[in-house]
Amino acid sequence: MTIHQLSIFIENRSGTLIKVLDALKEANIQIIASTIADTAEYGIYRLICSEPLRACEELKNANVAVALSGVFAIEIDDQPGRAAEAVKAFSEAGISITYMYSFLLRGKGILIFRTDDNEKAAAVIRDNHLKSIDENDLSALA
Amino acid sequence: MRDSTNLNTKTEMIWNPNKECMSRDEMSELQGKRLRKIVEYVYHNVPFYRNKLQEMDIRPDDIQTIEDIRNLPFTTKKDLRDNYPFGLQAAPQSEIIRVHASSGTTGNPTIVGYTRKDIGVWSECMARCLTAYGVTREDIFSVAYGYGLFTGGLGAHYGVEHLGASVIPAGTGNTEKHLKLIRDLGITGIACTPSYALYLAETMDKLGIRKEDIKLRIGAFGAEPWTENMRKEIEERLGLKGYNIYGLSEVMGPSVSYECQMQHGSHINEDHFFPEIINPTTLEPLPNGQTGELVFTTLTKEGMPVLRYRTRDLCSLLPGTCDCGRTNVRMGRIEGRSDDMLIIRGINVFPSQVESVVLSMPEFAPRYMLIVDRVNNLDTLQVQVEIRQEFFTGVFDTPAAVDQLEKKLAAKLKSVLSISAKVQLKAPNTIERSQGKSAHVIDKRKL
Ligand SMILES: [Zn+2]
Repeated sequence: MTIHQLSIFIENRSGTLIKVLDALKEANIQIIASTIADTAEYGIYRLICSEPLRACEELKNANVAVALSGVFAIEIDDQPGRAAEAVKAFSEAGISITYMYSFLLRGKGILIFRTDDNEKAAAVIRDNHLKSIDENDLSALA
Repeated sequence: MRDSTNLNTKTEMIWNPNKECMSRDEMSELQGKRLRKIVEYVYHNVPFYRNKLQEMDIRPDDIQTIEDIRNLPFTTKKDLRDNYPFGLQAAPQSEIIRVHASSGTTGNPTIVGYTRKDIGVWSECMARCLTAYGVTREDIFSVAYGYGLFTGGLGAHYGVEHLGASVIPAGTGNTEKHLKLIRDLGITGIACTPSYALYLAETMDKLGIRKEDIKLRIGAFGAEPWTENMRKEIEERLGLKGYNIYGLSEVMGPSVSYECQMQHGSHINEDHFFPEIINPTTLEPLPNGQTGELVFTTLTKEGMPVLRYRTRDLCSLLPGTCDCGRTNVRMGRIEGRSDDMLIIRGINVFPSQVESVVLSMPEFAPRYMLIVDRVNNLDTLQVQVEIRQEFFTGVFDTPAAVDQLEKKLAAKLKSVLSISAKVQLKAPNTIERSQGKSAHVIDKRKL
């Protein structure tokens, strides 16, 4: 049920992010959403994009420290309180969310998150009739 | 010249049991006797040493036993350069039959002249090394060190001839032709640098020659630092057993020390080259087992003898009779160069220590940088390492996971260095590849 997220190690130096973005542009990869978790010296750049497997190989060839992580993507109506409802469902099931970010795509709210227990999280998504979306859906929307 | 009075199974692979298996008392006595002679010799034949000894108020008579060596002055690479070209030569030019020169990266090369007797001693020491590796008169042995001013080629060549094996003076030139000879002649032994051995392996792959097609069984590798991993790789790819050989042209050339079948340190030909380990800062001798700077005194050399020559190589000495039967002292692996020593918060730190830790963790590339600074009167050490692409996996999608990896390295560094270092993780291929050790250090403490 998870989709591929690229996790990229970038140093807090000018030019490091540009290098990654240039490599993606060169490979004709479309960035759908991204966020950076940063510390004083480096950041982890998280990226949802088209063709994540190919993007990962292209970045490796460009000497970028990149890995694929499995994250959930659920679609929520773009209305107040919808994200809170979703998160509540997971916390009630005792699942902790390691990180989460969201974005709008064609008027739809997309919530991306990673949990400490993917199996349980998948069950919660089914039981609560949350709308999980896969990579094909995402590409279609993008 | 070979002594065969003491032959048993153990001594079959010992060229000169009389010297290599001498009792410690006899060895000390021999060394003392030879030291007295060499000090007397340089006092009368080398103005540089006469002046130094007179300045220190030492007369040759003051040197009686090998322990008295501690009173003698040191010789450095700079002394050799300052006295370029023949200032430290003790024998008259008419007695010199060969001259080698070591390449200096800056300034003048070091010129070393050898008398006929010196070449004889060198060949003898070389034959001891080769015999320890298992080379016999039946072997066809290829010397693939550079022939010429460098001591490697001719030094090994004369040793192989002295032992009586067939020498193939291959040099480092035409590698494909060399490989053809290795295969067609059934060459069984080779002396070369470890990196040339790997190059041979690569060329074999290129030519489609398999290790089953060749008969190499013994490799004598030296003249540059190498690791156990390199040894394994060379042995695996060439199908031979690799042995360390150590030497330096200022002292003689290759054959100063050699590994035996036990491969637990390299035996020093200490009846000719007396070793000491000193603290490079205080110059005080260190007890056996401790790591410090290796110092050699040539006990028999005529052409250019040296007293207490500081090699800048860091290692320790392992005394005691070896399982191979030899009693001559062993030296451990070269752990670094004393030029590279940093004093951080009063503790001696060598970049090579950091290197060994970094190399032990597969998560990091074998590149690193030490950045030393002084903040609020306190020295700080930062170690930069590159994460290896293959080890950057999906678990590293949070800073917490990266921090954990940094902490793991920091803990290992602390246990090896005895001071704490701040680890900074870098992206792959962002630390400059460098040759010399000193290029791994940025010391910002210019006070
Ligand atoms: Zn031994």
